[in-house]
Amino acid sequence: MDDRDFIELDGVEKVFDVRRRTGFLRRERREVRAVDGISFRVPRGEMVGYIGPNGAGKSTTIKMLTGILTPSGGRLRVAGIDPAKERTKLAHRIGVVFGQRTTLWWDLPLRDSYRLMHRMYRIPDSRYRENLDRCVELLDLGALLEVPVRQLSLGQRMRGDIAAALLHDPEVLYLDEPTIGLDVTSKAKVRGFLRDLNAERSTTVLLTTHDLTDIEQLCERVMVIDHGRLVYDGAPAGLHEVGGSERMLVVDLERELPPIELGPESPARVVKVEGPRQWLAFPAAASAAPLVARIAEGYPLVDLSVREPDIESVIAKMYVSGSAL
Amino acid sequence: MRFGGKGGEVRLYAVVAAGGFRRHATYRVATFAGVFTNTVFGFILAYTYTALWDERPHLGGYDMSQALTYVWLGQALLMTCAMMGGGFEDELMERIRTGDIAVDLYRPADLQLWWLAGDLGRAAFHLLGRGIVPMVLGALAFDLALPGSPWRWLAFLVSVALGVVVSFAVRFLVALSAFWLLDGAGAMQIAWLTGLFFSGMLLPLPLFPGVLGEVARVLPWSSLLQVPADVFLGRYPGRELLRAYAFQAGWAVVLLLAGRLLQSVATRRVVVQGG
Amino acid sequence: MVRQRETVSAGRSRLVEGVRAYGLIVAMWLRSTMAYRASFVMTAAGNFLVTGFDFVAIMLMFGHVDALGGFTLPEVALLYGTSATAFGLCDLVLGSMDRLGRRVRDGTLDTLLVRPVPVLAQVAADRFALRRVGRITQGLLVLGYALGTLDIAWTPLKVVMLPLMVLSGAAIFGAVFVVGAAFQFYAQDASEVQNAFTYGGTTLLQYPPSVFATDLVRGVTFVVPLAFVSWLPALYVLGRDYPVGLPGWVAFLPPVVAAGCWVLAGLAWRAGLRAYRSTGS
Repeated sequence: MDDRDFIELDGVEKVFDVRRRTGFLRRERREVRAVDGISFRVPRGEMVGYIGPNGAGKSTTIKMLTGILTPSGGRLRVAGIDPAKERTKLAHRIGVVFGQRTTLWWDLPLRDSYRLMHRMYRIPDSRYRENLDRCVELLDLGALLEVPVRQLSLGQRMRGDIAAALLHDPEVLYLDEPTIGLDVTSKAKVRGFLRDLNAERSTTVLLTTHDLTDIEQLCERVMVIDHGRLVYDGAPAGLHEVGGSERMLVVDLERELPPIELGPESPARVVKVEGPRQWLAFPAAASAAPLVARIAEGYPLVDLSVREPDIESVIAKMYVSGSAL
Repeated sequence: MRFGGKGGEVRLYAVVAAGGFRRHATYRVATFAGVFTNTVFGFILAYTYTALWDERPHLGGYDMSQALTYVWLGQALLMTCAMMGGGFEDELMERIRTGDIAVDLYRPADLQLWWLAGDLGRAAFHLLGRGIVPMVLGALAFDLALPGSPWRWLAFLVSVALGVVVSFAVRFLVALSAFWLLDGAGAMQIAWLTGLFFSGMLLPLPLFPGVLGEVARVLPWSSLLQVPADVFLGRYPGRELLRAYAFQAGWAVVLLLAGRLLQSVATRRVVVQGG
Repeated sequence: MVRQRETVSAGRSRLVEGVRAYGLIVAMWLRSTMAYRASFVMTAAGNFLVTGFDFVAIMLMFGHVDALGGFTLPEVALLYGTSATAFGLCDLVLGSMDRLGRRVRDGTLDTLLVRPVPVLAQVAADRFALRRVGRITQGLLVLGYALGTLDIAWTPLKVVMLPLMVLSGAAIFGAVFVVGAAFQFYAQDASEVQNAFTYGGTTLLQYPPSVFATDLVRGVTFVVPLAFVSWLPALYVLGRDYPVGLPGWVAFLPPVVAAGCWVLAGLAWRAGLRAYRSTGS
């Protein structure tokens, strides 16, 4: 049992029948293939990023992995269990954090939710206390335990949700947009926590996110999904190469000047000029530092910023460059 | 959209009212479900009243078909006057609870009139969307006393409109209590209960004995169902009709003014507290 | 350790698991309700008054007549008391089921599917409202009045019939709640339809069957078996005839009817949940 992969997907499909009203009584039916034949294996203990544009099928995949949705086709197993058939049996072994919705009880204090989960998941007392203390310490929840969940800020609630998902020592943790809407400190805290979790307990982690920094900081492997299909499966570094994605250097000069010339060997090129502000695109893998130095040398630089490519453009580039799997 | 001057103001509220109508009209499934429920309750009450009027044929001064008509009017006006919720109150109370009300208070439009306009739109939809079908079904199944002259229908509609305003004014006052009470739901429930009972929804007010009956007839809630129903059934001939309108309008004015008073007290509280 | 937990839950039946989960969640809500005791007393009193007004209306009616459909006030009170107590009990235990539509609509049903306990138990226990004992109390008071005033020819069977009727009645209403909830998997906005059967049903049962058209009585006996909640057994206790010609032992069927209704409700629920898991939200 242990030499098999923890998560196995083989040609998994999820087809939705979407009905729309197009007039007073007429309706049209359309078939939406939210997940269109996805296959991958995740061995135990791996930390995987699962990214894609909105509507690509990320949440649908997670819902199938957790047993919320039943697949339309293909084979899906987690720890050898079919989530569609044995939902409750699997539920003991998984933890889920939904970014947009909470698994906690809204009107009651945080502690009450934990107490209930202690009993619901039949966690042995000593283990529960150990895990709770640890989560409270590492996620800084001490002052929040008596606060009703609805009064918590988004960041606080997210940390509360993460603790709730881990109290029962799950073997895999699914995180659906966990850092969305969080401030920088909270994001760092959450990332650090997840890294430690994966390192110490070899908890398998599957993380969907829109934030590429999450991926870069946490995941040794990333899968890109678009239109229900897997278009990339490999190391995060490879993403930029494959996608040929670029970062943007936004430069504010003292005054309006003709486009910056850096010479033919420079990888950067000006893509837009608006008054004294110029946008330069350069390969994402390259460092911005020498570029900035060169510009500062030859031009009156007032201010600058570096923009990361967003998922949509990375993936769009991927399709354009024909590197779809 | 800029609405200047008095004409512009009226147009603004007309838009709000239309919006209220349209918003409730989009809930097609909920409307069908509601019509079903109203019809079921209409039938149950109709049979009950039949049994009652069988025993006492001229109870409360109504004959059997008038009593049955009263039942179906009740079902039609139940939602129209939002006697069991379903109006703007929940939204207003939520906005007060979350503090969003501060934004509303700074808007150029008058708060009370704004919500009134929206509620009138909703009431219009509920009267048409949920009142007519059960009434028709009731008329098919039972022998109802429908007015012959179109003037009486018109008089009825005027009375309903006044009733809606009174109902709005009460719900506005109760909703504003959210500024002071922690749990507005309790206050709302009590308002429903009183409303249902004293509007004549459970039993026509003329059937209430002695002091209870006299008190009930004087309270504002009788404007919601009892008065419009009596107008419909022709119990206010000639000049009496004006007196009925005066009663409804009187309560409307008093309660709306009370609402404005409470609103200004609440506004001051919001400003002092900083929202 | 994980293996141990697995076999424990796999070995027990879903019913036991569900009841246990229900109990845990309810216990949590009870604890939180009792933390604000004053508020609870007020809302319970409010619930008592709100539900009690139905009987006030009946009392007002009897201010004008001596009998309704051939039944005196104490007799009507017996019908009212038994159905109100049964409904109140059901409302207390399962009353939150109608929130399912809301959960389906805003996607929070998914959080329930992720937990290792049956969904039905979680939905049923959601926001358990102890204040609903108000309705049970007024039902019992009216029932007490009826039993105290009526001159019933008591037999051991009749004595047993009373609690049996209330419990089975609660179960039958419960099945209606579950079917109504299952319906909301398909049509979330149509939750009001359920009210027609639950609140409409209680209103119907407050009055004697002789008040209603025979077709309606037949519908409520054979199609949606609400008559078994209070009419049939209560008329047996009163020694009165039922408008639809039925053999006397039918009055003992409520538990059987309740069981049958629950089988159907269980099937409806499973079908609804299966449909939800197939189409999502």
